Amino acid sequence: MSAHAVSTKSARGLVAVDRFLTFIRVFLVTMIVVGILAFIWQQIDADNVFARWRNPNARGLTGDQFKGLLISGLSQGSMYGLIALGYSMVYGVLGFINFAHGEVFMVGAMTGFIASDKFQANGMWEQNFLLCLVLIVLMAIFFSTFTAVVMERVAYRPLRNSPRLIPLITSIGVSFFIQNLVLGLFGPASKSYPRLPEWLAKQRSILTFEIAGTRLMVLVVAAVSMAILWYVVERTKTGRAMRAVAEDKEIASLMGIDVNRTIVTTFAIGGAMAGVGGILWGLMFRSVTHMTGFLPGVKAFTSAVVGGIGNMGGAMAGGISLGSAESIAPMLILEPLGVPGVSQLKDAVAFTVLVLVLLFKPSGLFGERLSSEDRA
Amino acid sequence: MTGQDGATALLEFRQVNTHYGAVHILKDVDLAIYPGELVCLLGGNASGKSTTLKTLLGMVTPTSGEVVLDGEVVNDKPTSYRVTNGVTMVPENRRLFKRLSVGENLELGAYLRTDKDGIAEDLERIFDLFPRVKERLSQKAGTLSGGEQQMVAIGRALMSRPRVLLMDEPSMGLAPALVQQNFELIRQIHADGMSIFMVEQNANMALSIADRGWVLQTGRVVLDDTAEALLANPELRASYLGEG
Repeated sequence: MSAHAVSTKSARGLVAVDRFLTFIRVFLVTMIVVGILAFIWQQIDADNVFARWRNPNARGLTGDQFKGLLISGLSQGSMYGLIALGYSMVYGVLGFINFAHGEVFMVGAMTGFIASDKFQANGMWEQNFLLCLVLIVLMAIFFSTFTAVVMERVAYRPLRNSPRLIPLITSIGVSFFIQNLVLGLFGPASKSYPRLPEWLAKQRSILTFEIAGTRLMVLVVAAVSMAILWYVVERTKTGRAMRAVAEDKEIASLMGIDVNRTIVTTFAIGGAMAGVGGILWGLMFRSVTHMTGFLPGVKAFTSAVVGGIGNMGGAMAGGISLGSAESIAPMLILEPLGVPGVSQLKDAVAFTVLVLVLLFKPSGLFGERLSSEDRA
Repeated sequence: MTGQDGATALLEFRQVNTHYGAVHILKDVDLAIYPGELVCLLGGNASGKSTTLKTLLGMVTPTSGEVVLDGEVVNDKPTSYRVTNGVTMVPENRRLFKRLSVGENLELGAYLRTDKDGIAEDLERIFDLFPRVKERLSQKAGTLSGGEQQMVAIGRALMSRPRVLLMDEPSMGLAPALVQQNFELIRQIHADGMSIFMVEQNANMALSIADRGWVLQTGRVVLDDTAEALLANPELRASYLGEG
């Protein structure tokens, strides 16, 4: 009897939760639909009633403004994607979120600063920029990979067989450790990357898109890195071993795959991608501190979840959609709704995207359904 | 130890004991598999059958005794060493890499091999054996039917060009019609000269194709005889074949 009563009560509780979730879903979708409708009305006639309903000053976006936002969103998003790959790959193989991965990215950015500062001091930066770029990218890849591999060896491997919450919490500790190590070594001051040479940074016009050279460089380097990564994971023996280990470690070792080495490789590749991301971030925003890894790290983690964690293509797609959303949505949806200070709201938009995706598709845009035992 | 015709055993247990923590699993187990044999290991739940396989493959280390592969003691050698030297397992429930393609599953079977020509040759042999597998080569392994997955699992094991094939409960989770077909397949692979060590609950079916059999009970070998003798053994008929 009592067991029956309990089950009825929990069933009723479930219904209440479901109603609440439905309410949030409907509310968010309504906001987006109304925002977009108001935006479209603005485009048709900025003085009509519906366009002026919430925000009389809103004038909508011109096509050029929209293109500009799209480009900056894409370049920002491709950097998120580069970092997100590390979160996603490690999750795929070990089933936990390595929160210290943002610090791996920061180490890459910091390495890039130190190297490029030296190059600028001896004049090489101006004379032979491309060589410098290749060198700092290689150095950042080296140090980021090194950080990631040492992290795995020292902090995570001894915890391999403990419950997954333990390495998760450890990773937060590792994150603080690296932040403070860098703070101690290089001080708290913000460090500025040298300016990019004019021939590269100048504005270009490509297919009617006005695009700054820096952003173009970010897009190209990110695309090349992702293509290389895709090739390694999908087409090489190492990549096949990684995917096998991600799916079933016991059977992978039965095939003769060295599981430990494969896990190290996964951390190394994730670290290399974060290193490239760090360089791009530094060259674009030109300022690095020991805290640089935090927000991009959280955003990249969000991208990985949005795309479907454990899924490589998903991490890239998640990064690019998140970057575009946080760049475009404030002007597109929030301004017509009369929200003040929209350009400050991009972080809020990013996490709203996370909530929305989790509400409608908990496994992420490209994620496969996970069984409960697979979750951290 | 030498066999009937003086050959050395491919795989051998000499007085093997294993423990999980304080629990004593295998107790003084002696086993031997000779080239070209099909032997089966029978036993109920928790009798130590899976542990026997894991110990043979090096996933469990014996606390005492010796695991011998082709005359060499391999107690402290990793799984990869044993796979390179001719031991492979078709795991229980097949355990394919479901998100990888059928072709990739087969290629992973040959992970430790470097002889490209030999790999291509073995792949052709598997296509001859299972024409269905060839049609599904680029499909994700998880989308195949149970019978097809069994073919891929056996194919994946054969890709390492093993000298002895270990099979963990090959009939588990297959429809009755497929069980028959599966045993026919195992018999055929054995007829082509493969040594097979099979762990199986379906004693009747297993003994009908096996040369020899052992019966394991709570970690001890209680019977060790030819398949015909075991099938006729009244004690075994009573406890495993559901008669008497």
